[in-house]
Amino acid sequence: MNRDFFPADTRTDSAPHGAMFDYLLRLGDDSLILCQRLTEWCGHAPALEIDLSLANIGLDLIGQATLFLNFAGAIEDRGRDGDRLAFHRDASDFRNCLLVEQPNGDFAQTMARQFLFSTAQLGLFEQLMLSTEPRIAEIAAKGVKEVRYHADLAADWIVRLGDGTDESRNRMVVGLDWCWRFIDELFLVDDVEAGLIEQGIAVDRSALRGAFDARLSSVLADAGLPAPVYPRGVRGGRAGRHSEHLGHLLATMQHLPRSYPDAVW
Amino acid sequence: MYTTELGKTDGSLAQISQEDPALVEAFEARVAADEFIEPKDWMPEAYRRTLVRQISQHAHSEIVGMLPEGNWLTRAPSLRRKAVLLAKIQDEAGHGLYLYCAAETLGVSRAEMIDALHTGRAKYSTIFNYPTLTWADIGAIGWLVDGAAIMNQVPLQRTSYGPYARAMVRVCKEESFHQRQGYEIMMAMCAGTPDQKAMAQDALDRWWWPSLMMFGPPDDNSPNSAQSMRWRIKRDSNDELRQKFVDITKPQADHLGLEIPDKDLKWNEARGHYDFGAIDWEEFYAVVRGEGPVAKERMKARREAWEQGAWVRDAADAHEAKQRARASA
Repeated sequence: MNRDFFPADTRTDSAPHGAMFDYLLRLGDDSLILCQRLTEWCGHAPALEIDLSLANIGLDLIGQATLFLNFAGAIEDRGRDGDRLAFHRDASDFRNCLLVEQPNGDFAQTMARQFLFSTAQLGLFEQLMLSTEPRIAEIAAKGVKEVRYHADLAADWIVRLGDGTDESRNRMVVGLDWCWRFIDELFLVDDVEAGLIEQGIAVDRSALRGAFDARLSSVLADAGLPAPVYPRGVRGGRAGRHSEHLGHLLATMQHLPRSYPDAVW
Repeated sequence: MYTTELGKTDGSLAQISQEDPALVEAFEARVAADEFIEPKDWMPEAYRRTLVRQISQHAHSEIVGMLPEGNWLTRAPSLRRKAVLLAKIQDEAGHGLYLYCAAETLGVSRAEMIDALHTGRAKYSTIFNYPTLTWADIGAIGWLVDGAAIMNQVPLQRTSYGPYARAMVRVCKEESFHQRQGYEIMMAMCAGTPDQKAMAQDALDRWWWPSLMMFGPPDDNSPNSAQSMRWRIKRDSNDELRQKFVDITKPQADHLGLEIPDKDLKWNEARGHYDFGAIDWEEFYAVVRGEGPVAKERMKARREAWEQGAWVRDAADAHEAKQRARASA
């Protein structure tokens, strides 16, 4: 069954600097865009301790983004560094998954997004540590400890909110419900990644789904929350076809470097 | 950061006279000998209340102070600037947390202190009631506001109340990193395009006077300072600290090629200090009263965060209670 809203991507050949560059953008953009979302919470979280932990996650993510995007720029070899890639690309050139660009919503939706993304990213990084590309293996090895903390912290909140009060449980159900349609995309393998998987550079994401589902079931059970009913999957992020949300996010994030292209900050 | 009313004391001297003279005398002697007072030690009620007010105000200032910088976090112009600003604001949340903890050792809960902030009974530093209008404001806040905060806080590492003094040791280390990051932003902008330089000058123009006001009212209008100095809660006068700030900051502005917006600012050879112009105290007292340009926005943001987060805190409490019940079942 084809649950994908969009037809399979046919634009991979147009990726001008090769699959490796594209893959690094996917990895870097996921971290960058999620960090950007988390910084929107700054100063507004439900408790001081939560402000601190969201900032922790954000700092880890921007560190990952910087490493991946700088490496992408080096692979591309056209004089673009991480900053150039982060602040001077249009939405259609971003390669992050749709999940990370979703709005924060309430704290339950933010934690739903965090748990689902970080759990998938953890599986990915655990395997990427074995990548035949040493730089990727190195970044993943550094990141895996961070991501394990993110996934655990978010899982704790899923349980707390699922188990807490009627209101928090309802909000958790609604928050997760917002996210289910974006899960398939996290495990999608397209032509860009297929070639890299063969070379041992990339990880076969489709093989990570089983462990993800098992962890998800276990956390939902601990939280007393129902198992997901997946709707038709929405995808397109890896090919630059994003939600309406990304343009607004980038308009804010890129405002200064775009307005003053000659400035160094 | 950051206290506005360092000189004030709570409670009347009359109340102290009703306390056991022997206890008061022993307390005063310990303070005079530069000993730390610890939570379980006897202390005059007015000393305790003064500290609760000062430490909680300091904590509130850290938390409210996250907002003007958070305003530019989503628009930080490079990956590095974003990471550094995020780390800085996270430090401020941490400062708030351990200052609330220090105040709690005096028998007041965090919820009570936050309620006092939200109902306007507690103050926070006047400086955060000014808007951050350009990225250069993030530089100016680090350079001037954190610079002024350090000036206020370094002496507080020797303040007489142990938990507060120890919190300040850590706070001061981090504040000096904050000030450097602010000055570094200003250096980049002043070495940058004409637009950037203009933003830097504009930021200095807007933040200079409010920064001088951070040290509080002039000494001759700070009637309670003497008591706080005697109790060693406060160790330098407002005007002494303000002078020190001006003396240190003027050469830093020169180095940036920026002009301090004060035509009366000039070196006085005889005093060995810079003279500077009159501060608009009417503006200061208005901001203390809650009439600062963005005071309403700041309090609205804090109240909304608290109210909209209530269900999360309730859920965490309910979960913990259920866990305990399950464990004991």
